Amino acid sequence: MTARTIQGQKNLQDITTGSTDGIGGSPLRPDGTLKVRGEFAYSSDMWHEDMLWGMALRSPHPRANILSVDIAEALKTPGVYAVLTHEDIPGSKYYGLEIQDQPALAIDKVRYHGEAIALVAADHPETARRAVKKIKVEYEVLTPITTEEQALHPEVHGYVHEPHEYKSHAYGNICHSQKLVHGQGVTEAVKALADVVVRGEYEVGMQDQAFLGPESGLAVPAEDGGIDLYVATQWLHVDRQQMAPVLGLPEEKVRLTLAGVGGAFGGREDLSMQIHASLLAQRTGKPVKIVYSRDESFFGHVHRHPAKMTYEHGATRDGKLVYADVRLVLDGGAYASASPAVVGNAASLGNGPYNIPNIRMEAIALYTNNPSCGAMRGFGAVQACFGYESQMDKLAAELGMDPVELRQLNAMSEGDYMPTGQRIDSPAPVAELLQRVKDMPLPPPLDLDNLDIRELPGALSNTSHGEGIVRGIGYSVGIKNVGFSEGFDDYSTARVRLEVIGGEPVAMVHTAMAEVGQGGVTVHGQIARTELGVEKVTIHPANTEVGSAGSTSASRQTYMTGGAVKLAAEAVKQALIAKGRKRYGWTHQDLNLVGGKVVSAAQGALVSMVDLLGDEAIDLTREHHHRPTVAFDKETGQGFGHVQYTFCANRAVVDVDVDLGLVKVVELTAAQDVGKALNPLSVIGQIQGGCTQALGLAVMEEIIVKDGKVRNASFTDYLIPTILDVPPIPVDMLELPDPNAPYGLRGVGEAPTVSATPSIVAAIRAATGLALNRIPVRPEHLTGTL
Amino acid sequence: MRVTFTANGKPVEADDVWEGESLLYVLRERVGLPGSKNACEQGECGSCTVYLDGTPVCSCLVAAGQVQDREVRTVEGLSEENGELGLVQQAFIDAGAVQCGFCTPGLLVQTDALLESAPQPSDTDIREALSGNLCRCTGYEKIMDAVRLASARKCQKVGTAE
Ligand code: FES
Ligand code: FES
Repeated sequence: MTARTIQGQKNLQDITTGSTDGIGGSPLRPDGTLKVRGEFAYSSDMWHEDMLWGMALRSPHPRANILSVDIAEALKTPGVYAVLTHEDIPGSKYYGLEIQDQPALAIDKVRYHGEAIALVAADHPETARRAVKKIKVEYEVLTPITTEEQALHPEVHGYVHEPHEYKSHAYGNICHSQKLVHGQGVTEAVKALADVVVRGEYEVGMQDQAFLGPESGLAVPAEDGGIDLYVATQWLHVDRQQMAPVLGLPEEKVRLTLAGVGGAFGGREDLSMQIHASLLAQRTGKPVKIVYSRDESFFGHVHRHPAKMTYEHGATRDGKLVYADVRLVLDGGAYASASPAVVGNAASLGNGPYNIPNIRMEAIALYTNNPSCGAMRGFGAVQACFGYESQMDKLAAELGMDPVELRQLNAMSEGDYMPTGQRIDSPAPVAELLQRVKDMPLPPPLDLDNLDIRELPGALSNTSHGEGIVRGIGYSVGIKNVGFSEGFDDYSTARVRLEVIGGEPVAMVHTAMAEVGQGGVTVHGQIARTELGVEKVTIHPANTEVGSAGSTSASRQTYMTGGAVKLAAEAVKQALIAKGRKRYGWTHQDLNLVGGKVVSAAQGALVSMVDLLGDEAIDLTREHHHRPTVAFDKETGQGFGHVQYTFCANRAVVDVDVDLGLVKVVELTAAQDVGKALNPLSVIGQIQGGCTQALGLAVMEEIIVKDGKVRNASFTDYLIPTILDVPPIPVDMLELPDPNAPYGLRGVGEAPTVSATPSIVAAIRAATGLALNRIPVRPEHLTGTL
Repeated sequence: MRVTFTANGKPVEADDVWEGESLLYVLRERVGLPGSKNACEQGECGSCTVYLDGTPVCSCLVAAGQVQDREVRTVEGLSEENGELGLVQQAFIDAGAVQCGFCTPGLLVQTDALLESAPQPSDTDIREALSGNLCRCTGYEKIMDAVRLASARKCQKVGTAE
């Protein structure tokens, strides 16, 4: 049995495009035409003739014991085919990315507002909705654990997970912790070396990925007793790995195909509807589609960890950093998700791209009854960057120095050491990036006489004619790792096939890479063209029929899957050349594939690939592993933990209406080292998109959680930047190749999301003179009406 | 109930429509036009924008019954009669304004409507006109480029036609 969409699943079939653009060019997206025609099938567009609609009942309480669940009335609703609770799960009841602590459906208790308790399958979404309302749950409501103070005192407030409640968890309410000591740490002797000390406490609110395409997919029961799932995700194979034990199936009977993904940003790293739809399909024997509503999406995925951070920096009078004393507390919410890795990142990157001889640092993630937090673009580096960059501005003010010069004076560069003891063995142009944003021309000053008032803060609401508007400028720079760290054997698989179709050599690329909008599919075509000298490339749909591609996260996909496509294409090229050597007895050492021919640098074209291939296809699969890393020592944080580093610097110009507390970002400039831009158009698109999410965190985006309850699970109340909120974002792209990476490239997607937020806050501080230690900065922080 | 209307110039009918269903649901799940997207179904994101009798509306806010005997034009209807991409569609591809593409159908309809009424909008006009369409991926800069490009091409085309 196979699924079909109304439109015939065009993106679930091969897409072939022709171009002469190899790497470094900017060919058009292979899926672009389908997308602008409305023919691209996203996961919520999946459709099957006799499909049912699945829906979950979610907890209204952040912490409660479940005394009983009564599904009788729901089951009797006409049009309802199944109602399931955890008792109906055929296999293991728990799953999780790093710690298997999350029940697929709540068992005896709920730990966060919105946790799924039961599932319904019905013939219409409205039938399902009505049936969900008829499920009766009796709760014993408990006081939620929501603060650090409560979480760290389980003897008073209890545990989110009872110790040893299941085998992998034994730490009380601390989900993960990482310490780091660099140089002499922070001792009295070290402190005595500093002439100036600045301290700060900083707070970051809970940000949401807010991708536009809701969590959704279609599970189709297969004749062999397995499940075919069409889904939007970031990593097909890790979904399968978590799903199969719960469904009680061997992995090979759980087959996943990537349906169209409407953005991800980390929010699709954890499972959402995958297990639920599959359980319902298993039970009913019918295809089941689940599409989250927007509020359910806010409940159904993990968010960026809110953070409380204390930073103390000591420096000499001439601005050299002497020490940093840092504590980062991340609220991980009810389940672990990616919290351990986020903590590792926060600790190892939490001192920024600066040389600081002595550091003492601790980062922890807590279990609480707040919504679960995990991966989001920037992954632990975002929160810390707001802390250390706020400190740099504070220190510059204290010393009477220019904030950019202070940063440059302490900036790390190639050959320096990270606080983890890892030597930076590729370019790290931190000072240069700062210089570049500083040197870019500034936007013209506010001219109240010749102004379209729609450009003022408050814009269309006509709140001001320019009175009370003050301009400010701020700078920042940040550091992010690329790829999975701390000893994880991160790899990706690619299959490349070369054959003659219609008298032309055509390369086919097959990977399990999740294309979430980042443009990997475009780049894969460019790599195949570059390596194989062909014009036509076919992109095969991503599915679990080929080996894992790893996750579309950590800015790693071009590096890892791009690297795998390169390896596979090189292998195909060598196989084709070997075939020619055998047939024609070539002895040339300088053979290459160019313009559809085998070419010798010295003698020119030898034979066309069409003639050499004939009707034989060369089809090879290769894995790309990055160089090994090691886990950080738990007490000292030392270790070769990260594969690659990436840096971005920003300058923000803002206008603030100090009477109304409204902020308008006038311009946000970025300079980033991308190693090598495989596709400059999409690299710049990534940087601009990343800056925009950073802008959101700076001035508007926050999931409001009160007493463990989410108060704004909608796009009416959770605001993301509109086109009116986002200014021009000029990008200065630097290309300093990393000798360890394919083509010298550097992961791109996350660095701007790390770095841009503090520049905006710095600019608002410059305009208002306020301290602003919490983001997002809200109007009431600026008007003092909190 | 049964609802009959015109979608992209063709008559369509949908049977057994529950009175609470939106035009968006009918288009996507009943009549085979899933191009309009379902990002919020609350009128906040603009992903579901379609023309209703020539005016852009959020189809998630229109009750299915309201479209009886009326004309709907969706993103699927923006291509030329010969099947080639429409000018606005092509400009979005060329400018790199499509990333995940979930916002794209709504933006295309809204941009098409903008350029119908104001062929040469200022940047501020563009921002005002598109402020009801959220995009989470692009940072909007390339969307601005796309609209400017479409506007330039449209004016050029009109110029040559005259
Ligand atoms: S889906 Fe209609 S406005 Fe968002
Ligand atoms: S391109 Fe993804 S939401 Fe706009």
